Amino acid sequence: MIVQVLAFYLFSAILVASGVMVISARNPVHSVLYLILAFFQAAGLCVLMGAEFLAMILVIVYVGAVAVLFLFVVMMLDINFRELRQGAAQYMPFGALLGLVLLAELAVVFGAWVVAPAANQVLGAPTPAIEQVNNTRALGQLIYTHYAYLFQASGIVLLIAMMGAIVLTLRRREGVRKQDISAQLARRREETMAIRKVPTGEGV
Amino acid sequence: MEIGLGHYLTVAAILFTLGIFGIFLNRKNVIIILMSIEMMLLAVNLNLVAFSVYLHDLVGQVFSMIILTVAAAEAAIGLAILVVYFRNRGSIRVEDINMMRG
Repeated sequence: MIVQVLAFYLFSAILVASGVMVISARNPVHSVLYLILAFFQAAGLCVLMGAEFLAMILVIVYVGAVAVLFLFVVMMLDINFRELRQGAAQYMPFGALLGLVLLAELAVVFGAWVVAPAANQVLGAPTPAIEQVNNTRALGQLIYTHYAYLFQASGIVLLIAMMGAIVLTLRRREGVRKQDISAQLARRREETMAIRKVPTGEGV
Repeated sequence: MEIGLGHYLTVAAILFTLGIFGIFLNRKNVIIILMSIEMMLLAVNLNLVAFSVYLHDLVGQVFSMIILTVAAAEAAIGLAILVVYFRNRGSIRVEDINMMRG
C-alpha cells in the first residue's frame, strides 16, 4: 500500500510540474517534450488505477501520434517565438484570477460531493473481477459488442480528420516539372514525329 | 493512508486549471494553446478513468477512449490549419487571425 501511495505522489507531482513547464517554457520544443513527460505520468496514474489498456493507449496515441505531430510542426515552421512571448505578463493576472476561480469552484464541488445510493444499480457495464477477466479483455468485450457503433463512429471521426488534414495541407505548386504518366501514354505518333525527305549533302 | 478518488480528481483539476491558465498565458502562440487544450483533455480523461474505477463501471473507460480519438483528430486538424495559416501569412500570431472578421 505504501508503494502505491508513493507512486501516486511521484506521478502526480511530476505530472503537475511538467504541466507547469508546458505552459511556461520559453522554447516550444521544450514545451512539447514536457507534454510528452506529462502524458507518460498520466499513463502511470492510469496503471495505478487499474486501467492498463487505457494507459497503453495513452502512451501510443498521445506520445506516439499527437506529441510527435506537435514536434514536427514546431520544428518545421520557422517561427520567431521570442516575439510571440512578448506581452505574456500582461495576461498573467487575469489568467491567474480565472484559474484560481476555477480551482475554487472545483474545490467546492469536491467538498460537497456524494455518491447517490442508487448508483450501484444503474451501472452501464459493471467491471468484471480482475481475477477472471483482465482490463484489456473486458474493454474489448465491451467495445466490440455493446459499443460497436460508437467504435465505428470514432473510426469515422479519425477518417474525416485524416481526410481534412490531407485536403488542407495538400498544395499544387505551379512551375514544378512532374511526371504525368497519362499524358505520356496519350501521346500519338503524329504529334511527336515528323518524317522528312532530306536530300543528300544539303542538310535540313 | 489510502489513495482514493479525491486524490485523482484533485490532480486532474489542477491539470485542467493549468490548461486554462496556459491559454491565457500564451495568448499569442497557437501551438502552446493547442498543447494546453491537449492537457485539459488529458485531465478530463483522468477524471473519467478515476470515476470508472471508483464506480466499477467500464463505460467510463470507453468514454475515455472516445475522447482520446477526438483529441487526436482535433490535434491533426488544428495543426493542419496552423500549417496552412503559416503558409499564407508567414506568422502564427493569434492577433493576425482576423481575416474572417465581417
